[in-house]
Amino acid sequence: MANNDKKQMESSSKLLNWIDERFPYTETMRYHITEYYASKNFNIWYVFGVLAMVVLVIQLFTGIFLTMNYKPSAVDAFSSVEYIMRDVEWGWLIRYMHSTGASFFFIVVYLHMFRAMLYGSYKKPRELIWIIGMLILIVLMAEAFSGYLLPWGQMSYWGAQVIISIFGAIPLVGEALVEIIRGDYSISDVTLNRFFALHVIALPLALVALIFVHIVALHEVGSNNPDGIEIKEYKDQHGIPIDGVAFHPYHTSKDLVAIIIFLMIFSVVVFFAPDMGGYFLEYSNFEKANPMATPEHIVPSWYFTPFYALLRAVPDKLGGAILMVLAVILPLFLPWLDRAKVKSIRYRGWIYKMALSLFVLSFISLGVLGVLPAEGIYVLLARISALFYFAFFILMPYYTKIDKTKPVPDRVT
Amino acid sequence: MTEKVDQSKRQFLSIATAVTGGVGIAFAAVPFLSSLKPSARARALGAPVEVPLASLEPGEMIRVIWRGRLVYVLRRTEEMLGRLVGVTEYLRDPDSSNVELQPSYATNEHRSLNPEYLVVEGSCTHLGCAPLPRFEVTPSSDWFGGFFCPCHGSKFDLSGRVYKGVPAPTNLRVPPYTFSQTNVITIGIDSGTA
Repeated sequence: MANNDKKQMESSSKLLNWIDERFPYTETMRYHITEYYASKNFNIWYVFGVLAMVVLVIQLFTGIFLTMNYKPSAVDAFSSVEYIMRDVEWGWLIRYMHSTGASFFFIVVYLHMFRAMLYGSYKKPRELIWIIGMLILIVLMAEAFSGYLLPWGQMSYWGAQVIISIFGAIPLVGEALVEIIRGDYSISDVTLNRFFALHVIALPLALVALIFVHIVALHEVGSNNPDGIEIKEYKDQHGIPIDGVAFHPYHTSKDLVAIIIFLMIFSVVVFFAPDMGGYFLEYSNFEKANPMATPEHIVPSWYFTPFYALLRAVPDKLGGAILMVLAVILPLFLPWLDRAKVKSIRYRGWIYKMALSLFVLSFISLGVLGVLPAEGIYVLLARISALFYFAFFILMPYYTKIDKTKPVPDRVT
Repeated sequence: MTEKVDQSKRQFLSIATAVTGGVGIAFAAVPFLSSLKPSARARALGAPVEVPLASLEPGEMIRVIWRGRLVYVLRRTEEMLGRLVGVTEYLRDPDSSNVELQPSYATNEHRSLNPEYLVVEGSCTHLGCAPLPRFEVTPSSDWFGGFFCPCHGSKFDLSGRVYKGVPAPTNLRVPPYTFSQTNVITIGIDSGTA
């Protein structure tokens, strides 16, 4: 019996050797998993990166199965989605997983980004990780937007009409650009077809490539931690950070708990509230696209509403578009706008804590206002929120410099 | 075979290779970018559309699709035309001075060939939503009836002229059209010097 086990191990290591001579399998596993050391004081904020990967896998997997029954044409798209929902075995589950996954992707990614802001994870030497992450967000937005047109419902159609028209605000080339994006003189079958190509091939490829680069960059410099100190500065005699523990099995086992809890919440939404009261799936989208009539109340998906509120806050076409683009682009510069000597919020002064709180409040209030009609007091509130949103970034070099920080410990606490 | 590396030759070859490759990529990009433009079929679908007016009652509006775009045809009453005068002080461009937005024969107060019939594209110049017809005069003193965009609150008068202080930058676009027969409008064909 014991002899048998030994023989098996020998043969498996033989296979491993054979592979390792031809492909750096063991080396890669060690570098990225079993001997990747991350700080031992990770808290709940550190699970959202892994959860984003889980959602990505859900989206890719369910997306492939949806593609098998979906038809990207203006005539068939809406009814093929109905067909998936009603006639395809378990089609409703696969589609609800995909539509719920889209919303959860943004929940998880927004929280993941907030973690970086809490603990200064974008600061030197992790600027590039942050920039790649911002590119991932932009591609993710394009992915969500192109996917939203595919069911060819009323909100798909008119949402795309509004968002594509924003490009028309660009002076001189705007109108030509809009025509190239649509491929027609209006949103049509042609537009749907090319959005399908972007949604299922081009953007997912870009997304996966960027995520790969994001992780390679992370593993080069090492993960930040809630204290915002470099664990690599204190190593034991083997060259291993004293405050670090191996990603596998220590962080993975903790992540597994988070994944299970996440999937429980995800399942509850998929099974009991897939439309989330009209926020995850908008009710006007249960009606087929009609180029003759705009729905009375047009709202983008909830994850775009903060930016949409900015667009509407300005009574000028170009101005609104510029403000919206700026809101997405500005966070790219965080690593250089933030002049504080410390990374983590734990050692920052009251000014940054207040600024970050106001920023979060402005983001949430813009999100709420983006759903409400743009009239009366709501417009004023959106303008005030916009002021706070942009002040957070524009005044950052100043207030992070004068903010009184606390001394940072040498080792994690 | 000398040991010395000819750096200037190497640099020349590198630049020459990069330039040749760059030109090649630029040429290769043309068919791919061009394929994104509206195709011959999409352009062919831009054929003119005939709209019979006989059944259109005064004060009534119909919607037609021309080139995939929504077009409104409104038959205005005498009373509606009367409102076009009082509203001008609330408008951004009451004289239709932006010549690209309407054919020359529609550069007038009623923005049409025949004052009775308004032909405008039902696409808000802000972000392309279809403005809703709101022809009635409300108690508020600055609303003379017209079109209201439900998306972002842009307002236009009964000639499709944009109000001040709304997100839409310009008046609604007037497509080329002509009265091909006494009671038929053809959208997509320019009217001769009327």
